[in-house]
Amino acid sequence: MTAAVFFGCAFIAFGPALALYVFTIATDPLRVTFLIAGAFFWLVSLLLPSVFRYLVRIIAENRDGPIQKYLLIFRVLLSVCIQELFRLAYYRLRASEGLKSINPEETAPSMRLLAYVSGLGFGIMSGVFSFVNTLSDSLGPGTVGIHGDSPQFFLNSAFMTLVIILLHVFWGIVFFDGCEKKKWYILLMVLLTHLLVSTQVSVVTVLSVLAELKCRGLSGRFQPNEGHIHGK
Amino acid sequence: MLTFMASDSEEEVCDERTSLMSAESPTSRSCQEGRPGPEDGENMAQWRSQDSEEDCEEDPDGYACSRGPGRPPGLEEELTLKYGAKHVIMLFVPVTLCMIVVVATIKSVRFYTEKNGQLIYTPFTEDTPSVGQRLLNSVLNTLIMISVIVVMTIFLVVLYKYRCYKFIHGWLILSSLMLLFLFTYIYLGEVLKTYNVAMDYPTLFLAVWNFGAVGMVCIHWKGPLVLQQAYLIMISALMALVFIKYLPEWSAWVILGAISVYDLVAVLCPKGPLRMLVETAQERNEPIFPALIYSSAMVWTVGMAKLDPSSQGALQLPYDPEMGGVKLGLGDFIFYSVLVGKAAAAGNGDWNTTLACFIAILIGLCLTLLLLAVFKKALPALPISITFGLIFYFSTDNLVRPFMDTLASHQLYI
Repeated sequence: MTAAVFFGCAFIAFGPALALYVFTIATDPLRVTFLIAGAFFWLVSLLLPSVFRYLVRIIAENRDGPIQKYLLIFRVLLSVCIQELFRLAYYRLRASEGLKSINPEETAPSMRLLAYVSGLGFGIMSGVFSFVNTLSDSLGPGTVGIHGDSPQFFLNSAFMTLVIILLHVFWGIVFFDGCEKKKWYILLMVLLTHLLVSTQVSVVTVLSVLAELKCRGLSGRFQPNEGHIHGK
Repeated sequence: MLTFMASDSEEEVCDERTSLMSAESPTSRSCQEGRPGPEDGENMAQWRSQDSEEDCEEDPDGYACSRGPGRPPGLEEELTLKYGAKHVIMLFVPVTLCMIVVVATIKSVRFYTEKNGQLIYTPFTEDTPSVGQRLLNSVLNTLIMISVIVVMTIFLVVLYKYRCYKFIHGWLILSSLMLLFLFTYIYLGEVLKTYNVAMDYPTLFLAVWNFGAVGMVCIHWKGPLVLQQAYLIMISALMALVFIKYLPEWSAWVILGAISVYDLVAVLCPKGPLRMLVETAQERNEPIFPALIYSSAMVWTVGMAKLDPSSQGALQLPYDPEMGGVKLGLGDFIFYSVLVGKAAAAGNGDWNTTLACFIAILIGLCLTLLLLAVFKKALPALPISITFGLIFYFSTDNLVRPFMDTLASHQLYI
């Protein structure tokens, strides 16, 4: 896998986010701080479902097959819910403490700007965490799709990462707007769309699991877009 | 490094140099000096904002730089708060750069992840059959390392109290010589080996000589601010790489934890060695040692680079908040980079752990700056960042990483 794949996928996935950062955030130190804080909140929101997974693993130790898949999907749902919870927490924190302790003289950044920055922080962290290991694998040796899976694994992942980053930005803006205007159904919409996006692949997985259960005798290893990467 | 406040000639030089370093007040002494070697691994990692009046800031090697009095506290407070975010960024950038250098080296140059023995400060080996024994050995290693650091600090305090400036002076020069020449030579050798590039000895000599000589001049004497900052970042990265290579696994983590606790104690307790150092310096109204601190003075006016006495005139300017900057001890750089480097080295090629530690450290730095804006005195920069870093390292490595790996292979995005 060549440098072309690496750079191509890297720029597909992170190009817009980088452009957004360079042109809107890098100029103002306060925004950079908020971005890093947003990234931190996302990170913390990731820890909790992982703890849950650890506990569950002790319970459902060696049972392969559909159980693991269902558990995975459940973990995904849980982590999405917790992420949105942390987005709410971030909003509460920003709204309550305000920015007075950091920047009293200059005009406080508007809530919409904060929403954008926090969404970008969440998005960048989410995208990076999802994709950076795949990216670094793409520099190593191996052949994608050698076992008959899609050879477009990297490209798909890159586009999905791009989509997720931008979605987080939009969700952040919509979410904060909903919080400001106290329209709670907006929050619900954000949560539902997030769940939809995160599970849209796993919906296919669930369907395929069901098909497998029906057909019996097939090995439980097929996922539609999985690429086999050797060399790590 | 060439200036201690004791002698007249040195005073002059320091004034000239401080006119180069900081345009804030005639008595400001933000000097960046040479660096002791690894045996001086103290990490009195305090830092302060240049805006504040009597803060003293100390670098991890026990050197502090005190600033003279001379500005109304109210003004400072306002300005400190106002430029809080700017200061945060002024520190984010060098800390990030240092970490990037360390992580890039760790990921590409195999030398720094190979185990080739241990430092004399960590004599107990970790190749033991049982977990309990290994834990015990790492705790013992930590105790020895911390006691070495404490002893060095007290030694420095004693030297300072009895005004043995030349001794300290010479020590610092020797240490920075070793860092800038020997460690750079080793580093360059390993990088060339990794990329299989041949370099003849004359070229190597020229390169290392130029790098080292310019570094000595910049750090110990006069030089452009950006170059000084770059050199300080480089030597912090080199030190961090040495620690990453020679500290055994578990000992490194326990040492990181212990050093944050020590930092907290030494800076904040009334009887802490650093506090005593700071108080002595304040009594004498002079900088403690040629400090090894990273200074991020923001504005660098054109006339400052010249060595003419007329630049002294700039020192008489009223306090200009634009000139403000923050200082962070180099030991903080080093230990942050050690944490992130260890995360990068141990992660089985995993970048998530490294990134998580990086974000955790930056957030810790942010919080420390917030506390600084509230308390307005010298604060230890290590505890919060290292605590967050450790928490995130262990939780990401054990809990998050398998989860993210599964997600990535199933192309699930959360």
